[in-house]
Amino acid sequence: MKSFKLMTIPYIIWSIIMIILPMVMILFYAFITKGNSVRQFIFTFDNFLKFFSDPVFFDVLKRSVYIALITTLFCIILGYPVAYIIARAKPKTSAILVLLVTLPTWINMLVRTYAWRSILQENGIAVALLTLMGIKNVKLIETEFAVILGMVYNFIPFMILQIYNSLSKLDENYLTAAADLGANRVQTFLRITLPLSVPGIVSGITLVFLPAVSSFFIPKLLGGGQFVMIGNVIENQFLTAGNWSFGSAISLIMAILIIISMYITRRLDAKITGDGGDDK
Amino acid sequence: MRKLIKNGYLGLMLFFFYLPIIYTVVFSFNESKSLSSFTGFSLKWYEKMIHSHDMLSSVFYTVAIALLATAVSTVAGTVTAIGLSRSGKKLRGIVSQVNDLPIMNPDIVTAIGLLMFFSTISVKKGFLTMLLAHIMFCIPYVMLSVMPKLRSLDPNLLDAALDLGCTPMKAVTKVIVPQITSGIVTGALISFTMSFDDFVISYFVTGNGVNNISIIVYTMAKRINPSINALSAVIIVLITATLLVANLLPILHEKIYKQKGI
Repeated sequence: MKSFKLMTIPYIIWSIIMIILPMVMILFYAFITKGNSVRQFIFTFDNFLKFFSDPVFFDVLKRSVYIALITTLFCIILGYPVAYIIARAKPKTSAILVLLVTLPTWINMLVRTYAWRSILQENGIAVALLTLMGIKNVKLIETEFAVILGMVYNFIPFMILQIYNSLSKLDENYLTAAADLGANRVQTFLRITLPLSVPGIVSGITLVFLPAVSSFFIPKLLGGGQFVMIGNVIENQFLTAGNWSFGSAISLIMAILIIISMYITRRLDAKITGDGGDDK
Repeated sequence: MRKLIKNGYLGLMLFFFYLPIIYTVVFSFNESKSLSSFTGFSLKWYEKMIHSHDMLSSVFYTVAIALLATAVSTVAGTVTAIGLSRSGKKLRGIVSQVNDLPIMNPDIVTAIGLLMFFSTISVKKGFLTMLLAHIMFCIPYVMLSVMPKLRSLDPNLLDAALDLGCTPMKAVTKVIVPQITSGIVTGALISFTMSFDDFVISYFVTGNGVNNISIIVYTMAKRINPSINALSAVIIVLITATLLVANLLPILHEKIYKQKGI
């Protein structure tokens, strides 16, 4: 079997260089500051202190989490009914509907976000429509609304598909049994369908919250230059300011934030599905 | 009534999903620069697109990198996956955990890691760095689609082939690969679309005027420029056509087989 093990060696070397080394560099740069001489590095926590002591950066962090949370919430509220309808449709219809929901996601995100930028523009079609309806002088582009709309638009298909996946696995017999035992539609939904779809919601949250909190082109295209999220700060540190250490520290903070939120969601999932199990 | 609400809601959501796409295609034919009214049919934005060197070269780079990255990562991912399927559990676990890094990390984290790496070893940023980065994030997806197929294979088949005098190379190409083709194809398709659509990683690792479509849209979007609509419309039509063919082909095959009575 030696020759088979040999087949893995090139990739092991490749992944050490291309995957692990860059991650180690982020860790390294986050904790150093450049000394006086060119090749001198000094270990420090300054980059993290700078982030948390400056209210500007802390506000950016809070805003990013807030926007990502609202986006996730809207994706669940708006996406759940869609997933539910698709899951309850006839197999052929639901296959077509799944295709219809996934099709836009294959088209470049930048392209679709740019389209929203045109639609929401001051002289764009959305404002024109609102004016026709008698709502005058609204500003849509470069608002928080536009950013959230763009994020919900881009990420809701992931939520719908995840919820749909867990709903489509649901055994119809549970619903029949509930109906036989006298539960009405609402009771059946709240006590059977919803708890059994929690795993789908949880993986949906992961797929929405993570890209939402780290996104930087949606706030830039739809929120304008003033609307800064954590991704924009990282972009600036690397591409404009050239401060790798501070940029690395911020992305570490973001990564930790994401890990914590994943942990909380997983725990919630375990708790809810666990409780559902006790009821049986 | 219940049905009406259901269909109404579904219709509304689908309208929301397709509005920007329809808008882009329709307004790419608009005669004027207006964002809200269609003043007349014209192909002038397409003409502008064709005469824009930046846009055309971005299409070239996007397609070239997507094709190359797909080819390399499909082969590399498949070979590694086959090797891993015959290696110890420990090694398999470590590799799949390492592979999870680019999949689970936010793109921007992967991007800045690569940016610092390429700058430190001072490679000239551009085509090569973008290609290497794309190969790096595509291989894990290929392995993810090939590994389950390998797991469901009967290990005795390979042993039989080897016992009967096949060289390991021949055993792989004649016995293993034909059985995991569907996984390989899925992996290749995912790689291609991931590479074709990538923005964040490409944006950070590129340089020297090498831009893909996403980067061009991002940098040009600061001002309203309807030729972006034309470029977008071309992409939309291309991708929709590919997806429809990819989705319809299996159905068509099935129909043909049914007609033949198989």
